Amino acid sequence: MIEIDWYLALSATLFTIGMIGVLVRRNAIVIFMCIELMLNAVNISLISFASYHGDIAGQILVFFVLAVAAAEAVVGLAIILAIFRNNLSIDITKVNLLRW
Amino acid sequence: MVTYTFVLLAVLAISTALAMVLNKNTVNSALFLVLNLLSVAGIYLLLQAQFLAMIQIVVYAGAIMVLFLFVIMLLNLDDEPGLFDRIRVKYLLAFLVGAVIFGQVLYALGGVTDLLPNLSENMQYVGTVEAIGDVMYTNYLMPFEMTAILLTAAVVGALLIAQYKVKQSDQVEE
Repeated sequence: MIEIDWYLALSATLFTIGMIGVLVRRNAIVIFMCIELMLNAVNISLISFASYHGDIAGQILVFFVLAVAAAEAVVGLAIILAIFRNNLSIDITKVNLLRW
Repeated sequence: MVTYTFVLLAVLAISTALAMVLNKNTVNSALFLVLNLLSVAGIYLLLQAQFLAMIQIVVYAGAIMVLFLFVIMLLNLDDEPGLFDRIRVKYLLAFLVGAVIFGQVLYALGGVTDLLPNLSENMQYVGTVEAIGDVMYTNYLMPFEMTAILLTAAVVGALLIAQYKVKQSDQVEE
C-alpha cells in the first residue's frame, strides 16, 4: 500500500504547476484552465484524507468543489467572451482600463 | 501493483500539467488538461472513490472542458506570441514564488509525516454511490440545495454577461 504522503506530494506538485501557470501565462483562458488544475490538486488531497480516514465528509466536500468549479467556469468564460467582444483580445496585459 | 499504477498516473498527471502550462496553442493546452483530468480520475479510483472518479470524467473532462473548447474555437485565437522566446524577470519571479511555496508545503508535510493515517479498512464501503447518496440527502441536504441555487444563479449571470446587447427595455425602470 502507498503512504498518503505520496498523494499529498502529488497534490502539492500539481498545485504549484497551476500557480506558476497563473503567474506566467497571459492568455485568460489558459489562466482559467490553470485555476481548474489547482482546484483538482486540492481535490486530490481532500479525497486522499477522506480515504485514509475512512470518512465520507471529504468526498462530499469534493462534490461541492466540483459544483462551484462548474459555476465558476461558466461565469468566467462569459466574462472572457464579453472582454473579447469589447477588446478583440484576451491578453490580460491589454485589459488595462482600470489601471492608473 | 497499486504502486506502479500510482507512479504511472502521477507521472502522466504532472507531465500533462506541465505541457498544458508550456504549450503555446490554446487548443492543445485544453486537450492536455483533459488528459490531466483523466489521470486524476484514475488516482481517485486508486483511492477507492468510484463515484467521484466517474463525476470527474463526466463533469470535468466531459462538460467543462467541452465548454472551454467551444469558447476557444468561438474566439478563434492565435498562438500566444513570444511566450518563452526570452527570459523575463516575471518568469524568474514566478518560478521563485512557485519553488518557495512548493518547498514550504513539502516541509510542512515532512513535519507531520509520522502522524498521518493509514488506509482505512472500511474504504470499500465509503466511496460508493450508495454511501455518498445516503449522506448527501440526509446530513448535507441544505448545502446540496444551495448548490442548485448557485448553479441557477451562475447560468442566469452567464447569459446576462455574454448577451450581445442588453436591451434598454429589459432594465429595471426607476
